[in-house]
Order: sequence, then C-alpha cells, then structure tokens
Amino acid sequence: MKFQLTQDQRALRDGVRQLLARRFDAEALRAAVNAPALDRGLWRALGEAGFFALRLPEADGGVGLGLPEAVLAFEEAGRALLPGPLIATHLAAGEAAGAADGETVVAAVDGSGLVEWLGEADIVRGDAAGAVPLRSVDPLTPLHRVGEGGAAVDPAAVLLTAAEQLGTAGRVCELAVQHARTREQFGQPIGAFQAVKHLCAGMLVRAEVARAAVYAAAVTADRTDIAAARLLADEAAVRGARDCLQVHGGMGFTWESEVHLHLKRAWVRARRGGASTESEELLAADLVA
Amino acid sequence: MDLTYTPEEDEFRARLREWLGKVLPTLPPKPSPDDWPARRAYDLGWQRMLYDAGYAHVHWDASPTVRLIFLEETEKAGAPYVGAGFVGLLHAGPTIAAEGSEEQRARWLPPILRGEEVWCQGFSEPDAGSDLAALRTRARRDGDDYVVSGSKIWTSHAEVADWCELLVRTNPAAPKHRGITWLAMPMDAPGITVRPLRTLAGSAEFAEVFLDEVRIPVANRVGDEDDGWRVTMVTLSFERGTAFVGEVVACRRVLRELAGEARKNGRWDDPVLRRRLGRLNAQLRALWRLTQWNVSEAESGVPGVGSSVFKLRYSQARQELYDTAADVLGPDSLDVDRPWTLDRLSSLSYTIAAGTSQIQQNIVAERILGLPKGR
Repeated sequence: MKFQLTQDQRALRDGVRQLLARRFDAEALRAAVNAPALDRGLWRALGEAGFFALRLPEADGGVGLGLPEAVLAFEEAGRALLPGPLIATHLAAGEAAGAADGETVVAAVDGSGLVEWLGEADIVRGDAAGAVPLRSVDPLTPLHRVGEGGAAVDPAAVLLTAAEQLGTAGRVCELAVQHARTREQFGQPIGAFQAVKHLCAGMLVRAEVARAAVYAAAVTADRTDIAAARLLADEAAVRGARDCLQVHGGMGFTWESEVHLHLKRAWVRARRGGASTESEELLAADLVA
Repeated sequence: MDLTYTPEEDEFRARLREWLGKVLPTLPPKPSPDDWPARRAYDLGWQRMLYDAGYAHVHWDASPTVRLIFLEETEKAGAPYVGAGFVGLLHAGPTIAAEGSEEQRARWLPPILRGEEVWCQGFSEPDAGSDLAALRTRARRDGDDYVVSGSKIWTSHAEVADWCELLVRTNPAAPKHRGITWLAMPMDAPGITVRPLRTLAGSAEFAEVFLDEVRIPVANRVGDEDDGWRVTMVTLSFERGTAFVGEVVACRRVLRELAGEARKNGRWDDPVLRRRLGRLNAQLRALWRLTQWNVSEAESGVPGVGSSVFKLRYSQARQELYDTAADVLGPDSLDVDRPWTLDRLSSLSYTIAAGTSQIQQNIVAERILGLPKGR
C-alpha cells in the first residue's frame, strides 16, 4: 500500500500551482473581483496545460490521467480561487467540441438547480430555459436559478467539488497561520495565544482528515467514499474560512481582505449537487446495506 | 496514490485470517473487567498463543502495513486486545530494545513476547500529567541501588504487573527535562503500595502507586543517569500511525450495529438521527483513510506528524458515536448494563489520556503549523 503522492503526482500538482501563480495571482484575483468576467486567455492557457483534457485518453488527444490527478489539479484551482465553470468544462471534454483545449466554455445545470457562469458559456448542458439570475453572494461566481434542477449528479462532479473545497481548506489555514505569526497584540504575535492556536489547529485537523478522504475517494471512485469526502471537505472549507476570518479580526470583515472571497466561494460550492443532506443519506444507507 | 496491498501482505492477511478462524472458537470466555488476575491470565494466554503461532513479534519488527493488517484482522475477528500486555509490548519492550544493554534485552524482552510478564507505566504523577517533565518522584543513589520515594498515578495494570517502567528524578538541580532517569522497577519490591482508582464508569481501570524508600538496583537503569527523558521520547512515537487501528475498526462495527438497532426500534425514520449516523460514517471512513495515509507515510520513512491530528479527530468522533448511540437507545441509554452506556462513559477519557486535546492542539499549532510558543 503506497497511499502517498507519487513523484509524477507531486510534479503535476506543483506544475498547476506554478501555472496558477503566473496566470492568476493576487492582483489578477483582485482585478477579476472588480470586473467579473471570464478570462478567455486564461481559459485557453488552462486548456493548453491539459486541465480540461486531463482524464481524456491520449488516443483522443487527452492527457490520459485519472481521478487522483484531476483531484490534485482541482485542489490547486480551489486554493487559487480560480473562477469559471471548471468542473462543467472538464466533464464535457471529449463530448463538447473545444472543451478539452479551453476554446469553449461549458456551463451545466447542477442537480441543485443552480447554473454557474451561464452568461459566459458557449454551451450549456442541461435545460436552462427560464433561468433567473441571482445577485450572487460570491462576486466571482455569477449564478442563475432554474427551478428544482433534479438531474442525477455525476459522482465525479461531487468529488471534484470536494477537491476544490480541500484546496480552500488548506489555503485558508495558511492565511490564518501567516496572519497569526505576524499580527501583534499585547506585545506578541497573536499566534502565541492558545485561543488563536486552537482555532488554527482545528483548521488543519479538518483539512487533513478531509484530504485523506478526498484522495482515497479519488483512488476508489466509490460513491460512498465520494460522499464522505464531500461532507468532510465542505466542512473543512466552510468552517476553515470562517475561522480564518475570525483570526483576521476586524480586517477579516473588510472587502479588502481576501478571506471573504474564500468563504463565499466555499458557500457556493457547498450548495452544489451532492451536498450534505444527500451525502448523509447515502452514507446512512450504506450502514444498513 | 495506491490503496492496494502487495501479494506478500495479502498472503499475511489470508494466513492470519485462517489462523484466527481456527483458534478464536477455542478461547475461554472473557473475564469480568474488574477481575484483574483473571484479565492478566486471559491476556497473557492470548499473547502466548500469538507467540506460538509466530505473531508475537508483529508489533516490534513487522512493517507498519503488516501491523495495520494484523490489528485490522484481529479486531474484525473479535480477537482479544493486547490488554495487560500493552505497556510491555508497545512501550517498555521497544524502549529496552532500542536503549537497553545486551543483558537487559535478554532478561526482559523474551518474557514480554512469550506472555509471561506484565509491565505497567510509572510516568504520570498527581502534579505531572500533561506536564510530564514536572515529575517529582525522587531517586537517590545508595551503593548499587537507587532509593526511590514518591507517587505515581493512572498506572494501568499496576495490581497485576511484574515490572514498572519508572521515570524518576535523579538530579533536582538540572533543568527539568535533564534530571530524569528510566528504571525498571520490580513490582514486588518492599515499599510499594498499589491503590486501585475507580473511574466514573465504575470500574477499576488504573491505580495510584506509592513508593516509600523502594530499592532498585542500578543495573535496572536503561540508558544513562539523567538521560531518561530522551530514552522515553525515543519510543513514545513507537506506534506511529497504528495506535488506534483496532479501535477505528471497532467503531465502524459499532456504527453499523447502531444503524441496525435504529432500524429495529423505529428511530431510523427520524431523518435528523439517520443523517447523524451518515455523518459519523463519513468521519470514521475518513479516519480509516487517514490511518492508511499515516501508515504509508511511516513506511516511506517520512517523519510523521499526523498522530496529533488523528488523535484530536478520533477522540471527538468516538465521543460523538456513543452520544449518538444514546439517542438511538433512548431511555435505555441510562441503563449501565447496556454496553453502549459503559462505552459512552469510558469514551470520556479519550480527549484526556495520552495528551489532552488542548495539549494536542498546541502540538499541532506549534510543531506542524509553526506558530510561536506561548501560554
């Protein structure tokens, strides 16, 4: 049993992280928040890097990798708060023309009855007739509502959402720790206080438990494993972002700080299909199967 | 990332499973938890069977994955726990193996493996729990002996132990971590008084040990004088990754039993309760995956820091499991004769024993996240 990242998987993760640091740094994030539009250049760059074609067979022009690699890439996307209908486009690669190389932006009606990035999409999967725009809580995820949704949710979409949430959980823990090491009150860094330490430790514990669950689900591709991964990753991201905001104190409550963007994105992802009630029911059913 | 086992590991599992299937039906019934002499005999008898079948060494020199398989399979089969052999097999034994002299290893290790001698742990004191290095039990040198006075607490198996791995202060003038020495104390030495402590679960799980001018030969010292803290730290992380394997397997079984009980008594129809069971399933599955992750990490020689992370979440999940059991049982959960009630009571110790959750959070924050030391 070698339940650890392989050399190739580390290299892939580092490559995606570097690409995103180059193409979507803090400044780009800020600019995107001020003028929310999908960056087609970035989308094509992701396509060229194989982000969307990662799991397509090489014979079909894809990279020929599997769910574990996709999970690592989407974890990085989550860390960087990368905007756009990433999962819908990734899942459409090989079916919708241009999706694999990032020429086409694909949105999808989610099982929860929401559509992300409908206005920017070239192709919409599912029936989006009569979609009503919401004023989205997340400035970087335009949302439409389409009745009750209802279509069965692809387990891969549930897992990739969990991967993005895991990325957020790790990132907000880092942000909180950075702040706690540098921000001084009462003559010392606030990270020296147990109350702050324990908030940060809780964030790491939730993130690491979620990580084991998400990576294992990527290896087994089992429905129940995926449901468990999603539950824990949603929890790690949402609670982690809240605790990160708390560690930042008053600054964390301002628009200038990056923290609210992580929390809002985590909230949006937590509403996607395969969310908590559904996962809990699936995991309960497993107990009596 | 790979969750498959090697052919050798699969073969080990199959052989062990077959052996367990053969021997477990021949075991006598488990003794009452309060009958310590019977528990000692039962636990040592099981260790002897493991020894005869070639499994006694598994905690000492098998790979982390093989230990994982051993613990998983024995728990699944309902085999006895390591029980009274715990300190000898998992702590004192490995300490002596790593730090003891040739003579000491020959004297103490074979009886541990063969299930002939029981060890207990004389570390904690009334004023040195989470701050273990604050221990005050004093040892002064007198010829070829140390003369030891003081008291120890939370000492499991003290009433039936043959030996105690004892930490004593040999140099009060040295900084507190540097004046400590590791001694093997024979439990029949004059001057030792053992007083059982009754837990809130009603059972006598551990004891206080009072030491009044107890003479321990200098030859029983493992490592150098005043070097006992380092000697102890060498082996405190001995069980890296596998400390709770059997328990996680057991919790997952209990959760299934709970779901079955809820189906029988109708509580399953309550969606709030049902979903709580589902969420517990997620947590326990994830803890199993984290165990596999930590074991793989130990196998690849990467320094592991995951044990605090694991313990924090596991101790909490275990308490949630038995709190949920109480909601499944309803009024019956107040009946101490129901095993889940006793388990609920004993689960309260998990966030305290072996480093409280608060200490574990400090460890995670300072050693893993690099936050500054403070108070």
